Amino acid sequence: MTTSERPIKVLIAKPGLDGHDRGAKIIVRALRDSGMEVVYTGIRQSPQTIVQTAIQEDVEAIGLSILSGAHIELFTKIAELLSSNNMVGILLFAGGIIPESDHQELKRLGVKSVFGPGSKTSDIVNEIKSYVLKQRLG
Amino acid sequence: MEDDLTTASGIPVKPIHYPEDCSNLDYDSHIGIPGEYPFTRGIRAEMYRARLWTMRQYSGYSTPEESNKRFHYLLNQGQTGLSIAFDLPTQTGYDSDHSISLGEVGKVGVPIDTLDDMETLLRDIPLEKVTTSMTINATAPVLLALYLSVAKKQGIPLDQVRGTIQNDILKEYIARGTYIYPPKHSMRLVTDIFTFCAEQVPNWNTISISGYHMREAGATAIQELAFTFSNAIEYVKAALKAGLDVDQFANRLSFFFVASTDLFEEIAKYRAARRIWADIMKTKFKAKNPKSMMLRFHTQTAGVTLTAQQIDNNVIRTTIQALAAVLGGTQSLHVNSKDEALSLPSEASAELSLRTQQILAHESGIINTVDPLAGSYYVEHLTNQLYEKTKILIDEVEDLGGAISGIENGFQALQIHESAYTLQKAIEAEDQIIVGVNKYQKPELEPAKITPVESSAAKSQMTKLSKIKASRDNAKVEASLLKLKSVASSDDNTIEPIMECVQAYATVGEISDVLRSVFGEHQETVII
Repeated sequence: MTTSERPIKVLIAKPGLDGHDRGAKIIVRALRDSGMEVVYTGIRQSPQTIVQTAIQEDVEAIGLSILSGAHIELFTKIAELLSSNNMVGILLFAGGIIPESDHQELKRLGVKSVFGPGSKTSDIVNEIKSYVLKQRLG
Repeated sequence: MEDDLTTASGIPVKPIHYPEDCSNLDYDSHIGIPGEYPFTRGIRAEMYRARLWTMRQYSGYSTPEESNKRFHYLLNQGQTGLSIAFDLPTQTGYDSDHSISLGEVGKVGVPIDTLDDMETLLRDIPLEKVTTSMTINATAPVLLALYLSVAKKQGIPLDQVRGTIQNDILKEYIARGTYIYPPKHSMRLVTDIFTFCAEQVPNWNTISISGYHMREAGATAIQELAFTFSNAIEYVKAALKAGLDVDQFANRLSFFFVASTDLFEEIAKYRAARRIWADIMKTKFKAKNPKSMMLRFHTQTAGVTLTAQQIDNNVIRTTIQALAAVLGGTQSLHVNSKDEALSLPSEASAELSLRTQQILAHESGIINTVDPLAGSYYVEHLTNQLYEKTKILIDEVEDLGGAISGIENGFQALQIHESAYTLQKAIEAEDQIIVGVNKYQKPELEPAKITPVESSAAKSQMTKLSKIKASRDNAKVEASLLKLKSVASSDDNTIEPIMECVQAYATVGEISDVLRSVFGEHQETVII
């Protein structure tokens, strides 16, 4: 397979204690339907487990769904762990109930995009594709 | 195109409905008089003419102090009951200082670590007058014990305490996810509460069997009803197995449904729900007391229908939804706030939600007659369709061995996910219009104002917790936890020992850890 044909591998995770997984599961399904390989952790995962899984599964993108308001604390922790494990170049994106006033802080932590309620799954697919394919050529 | 029109759950809708759409219905046995079996038209003869529904806005955030202030504010604005939202650590049995509580303390509800927090939360609230609903499941025995302990301290006899605990653990495995222990052990805690309350807190609603969260996770109206009643059947069976008589506990079972925007389907859903429950209790469980057959329910407007775009539109959505709930005969109601797709509601938007209820109650005139849509060919036809289709799905779950078997095989969760994905695709294909999202969009001029929870709240909660741990009688705490451990390992009722633990100021996390050590923890099976 050429660089662009190998399926993109994505980790979708739900960190923290939030159990609302409707959005996360829809994303898993939509990414799979678009031809990506998706690992889904299920709910209630610690930042450590998520980063560990990302390393083991050798994913190219990590999407975290958080609806409980714990996003700043959890992304701070995940960003720390990614950097201490030298995981650079992985696409980090967020979904859930995340107020716009926090978007800047998340960007600073390395979150490339935030997909709130009403986002189209096709936009998410396109964003991941364009980022990862650029990284592969990079 | 018109031939294909359906309700949100896929029931065909004709251009005009005629008497023949209802020709298979018998008034007395399928519809009946309000207040009488099968209660299709309502559980009381006079409904809102005699007593309005309870206006119960769900709230709780930040700290017990802040939440207490919000409760007093809401009661002063004319709210008639409390509904407590707990944060996720409290719901999943972790203390505020546990590492997994990072970022979650005080976010989606109020943090409660010890009896001290519960006393603060309920300060100056007359528990003999105000009824309180608590959205709590895996840790329901602990929070109930805390509430009752505060009542005792206020000198109120337990038989005068009124309220509801959600205590519906089965739907947590299907949607929402705040379970701790495996289903079998969770069911034991549920029946411990039934038994304890039947003896000591007779006016307490021991469970609120909820379709709400399953619907929010993507279920259709039919799946919402069917999976709720399948869970209800499991609870009734468990209580009977624990030795209770059906008429001893069934009148304390209550329900919780969503109100979504498909107005007529939702109204028909509540009417069908009453008829199904009356049927199940009379025919399947041989209840004798009509109160055991009455479906009493709380309603909340649909969180998932709130859009982050053009948030003022949400006020219109919730008004239609609240109208459905009232026309459907709800006993209590929460109207969501317009800003909830972005964050917790501000005080102003929470007040607007209460005003929505008050306008429906006092200005619209819809309360003046009972079940005003009865006899509409369309509504009666839809009610019967929902009844029939729900019964088929309930039977399907029964054939799988019941709700718990279904949960263990991921049946309900997968069905709900399929519905959610189908709807998502319909929205993206613009077959389903969401105003402001996939049609009539416009750029937002400025970000909507939201109310963040101060991160200092978590800090103050942790400081308080460490003070309590330092000042309580730790030997007494140890002894009470040991006793709980031995009772949990036996078949005896766990609620009294949990009362002793909380009164010794043991924490929610410590009590839950004892139960974890005896029962183990549930592991999710994900099927997508």
